[in-house]
Amino acid sequence: MPAAPVIRLTHLGKHYETRAGPVPVLKDVNLDVGPAEFVAIMGASGSGKSTLLSILGCLDASSGGTYVFEGRDVAALNRDQLADLRNRVIGFVFQGFNLLPRITLLDNVALPLVYAGVGKSERPLRARYMLERVGLGPYTASLPDQVSGGQQQRVAIARALVNRPRLILADEPTGNLDTRTSQEIMSLLRQLNADEGITVVLVTHDPDVAAHAKRLVHLVDGQVAHDGPLLRRMAGQRPS
Amino acid sequence: MMIGPMLGEARQALGANRLRTFLTMLGVTIGVGAVIMMLAIGQGARDLVDRSIASMGGDLFVVLAGSPTANGVRLGTGNVPTLTVADAEALEELSTVGAVAPILPGAAQIVYGPNNWGTGVLGTTPRFLDVRSWTLSAGSPFDDTDVHGATRVALLGQTVVKNLFGDDDPVGKTVRIGRSPYVVLGVLSAKGQSLDGKDQDDAVLVPVTTAQRKLFGSQFQGSVRFLVVRAASKEAMPVAERDMTRLLRQRHRLADGVDNDFTIRNLTALVTTAAGTTRSMSLMLGAIASISLLVGGIGIMNIMLVSVTERTREIGIRCALGARAGDIRLQFLLEALALALVGCLLGVFLGAGGALLASAVARIAVVVTLSSVILAFLVAGGVGIFFGFYPAHKAALLKPMDALRYQ
Repeated sequence: MPAAPVIRLTHLGKHYETRAGPVPVLKDVNLDVGPAEFVAIMGASGSGKSTLLSILGCLDASSGGTYVFEGRDVAALNRDQLADLRNRVIGFVFQGFNLLPRITLLDNVALPLVYAGVGKSERPLRARYMLERVGLGPYTASLPDQVSGGQQQRVAIARALVNRPRLILADEPTGNLDTRTSQEIMSLLRQLNADEGITVVLVTHDPDVAAHAKRLVHLVDGQVAHDGPLLRRMAGQRPS
Repeated sequence: MMIGPMLGEARQALGANRLRTFLTMLGVTIGVGAVIMMLAIGQGARDLVDRSIASMGGDLFVVLAGSPTANGVRLGTGNVPTLTVADAEALEELSTVGAVAPILPGAAQIVYGPNNWGTGVLGTTPRFLDVRSWTLSAGSPFDDTDVHGATRVALLGQTVVKNLFGDDDPVGKTVRIGRSPYVVLGVLSAKGQSLDGKDQDDAVLVPVTTAQRKLFGSQFQGSVRFLVVRAASKEAMPVAERDMTRLLRQRHRLADGVDNDFTIRNLTALVTTAAGTTRSMSLMLGAIASISLLVGGIGIMNIMLVSVTERTREIGIRCALGARAGDIRLQFLLEALALALVGCLLGVFLGAGGALLASAVARIAVVVTLSSVILAFLVAGGVGIFFGFYPAHKAALLKPMDALRYQ
């Protein structure tokens, strides 16, 4: 019997209200993601993949269906419980890095620890350790705009990892990076998935990036059009 | 979420746009500066009035003999001998009364060697020095034995000493008052002029019994012209006046409906007027300060709303990292509070500096009190929280996804 899923979406729907009436973005999405999976969600612009990721990350609510996260119905959680979930269980990595520009890299990485109530003396130790793990030990006192985009994304990954999450959600994590840096970031994510068993769900439109995943979900017009394992030997091949 | 890191972030947020931060604080700074300066000037004026009244005797009563209607003719007070030394002693037993000195005033020529000087002589008891808070600069006062024995002893005021003795030490010397010799026991310390321009140092004190029996030859033995009474405290004065009236009426066996055969006067009327003046001034200044602080508070609210809008994306990021709504609210509230309190601090310096300048230029008394500074900080803190709450609440209500997508 397979392990209980981390994520279980059942008939999930999402629409936005506009003056012209509701605009559907996700339609009847059914998806299970198990522990230690590495899933890439692909799709064209407007296919609903980013919306899906924000619902998975409890940043947005669905309009219909159910989302069960680690056995708990997310719809039944209040705002503070959702915040705690984002703080302790889920780590986010964004396309635009989303570091706070005025504080040092160390403080950026330590920010989730502040919201988790971790003590003053422990925060810099854990943040420094995470920065060293992503290879940015010498830059703790730098500000975000003093390091390169690739380095900023590593900081963002360190920040996502600092509270030891069980799930990493990455929204176009390499969208603003060059090919070589993208490879580095993807290796880092793959390593986290393989070595520490962290579940990774990744949204991308780049097949080279998606090739790092073990499973591919294709969204077309808000519906799952394809869901299956991604064979390693296919990696690097561009779909025709 | 802990306050410590939030304070650091508030400092960074406010430091990121210094000019704007400064201009925002300016409203509170000017308001608080006005409050501090006005309170300092008001307090200075009040202290001055208080000091003047205290030197005159802010808690003193004068009980004058007489002023009854005699055969339809209203006589001036002090012309009918109804008060006695015994009355003074009885009044002193009242709990609301501190000390009582009976006084029989008169005028006499004083002679020492070739010099002579005409001055007022007060027959009184040793209590007089307590009542008037008057001390001796040399020698010792006469005591109750002198009063009982009606001895010929005297205390001289500084003006009298200067005119009779020059630079000589008068203590122990004998002077002639009227036709009899008196031993000088002591010299009163300088008291200066009273508010009505009278030289308070031009006085001689002798035991009241001596004045009654030997110096002035009072018509009715034992009577005095008036009593000077110090109340137990300034607050007790109204009660003291009632108590004294009741006791004196009882002692003088006045039936109900009969007018008092004495008159009690006090200086509280003057105190009340002075307090009333400062109160109305304080009210006016308080109104000005309130308006400045209101405008300053609106300025803080305005800039905090701008700040929340500008930092919508940052709020989204914080939500994604696990900030609760309460964390976001507290963060913006602390920023508004910091704006108000730093503005207040500047305002305290501005106000204190302005008050000192006013004191130097316009030569008015100023007193910056700790309580006015504490009041300023409490009010500024209240302004910060009150006007910071709505923007902070607005920030806390943002939906994480909307905030993250905000451009």
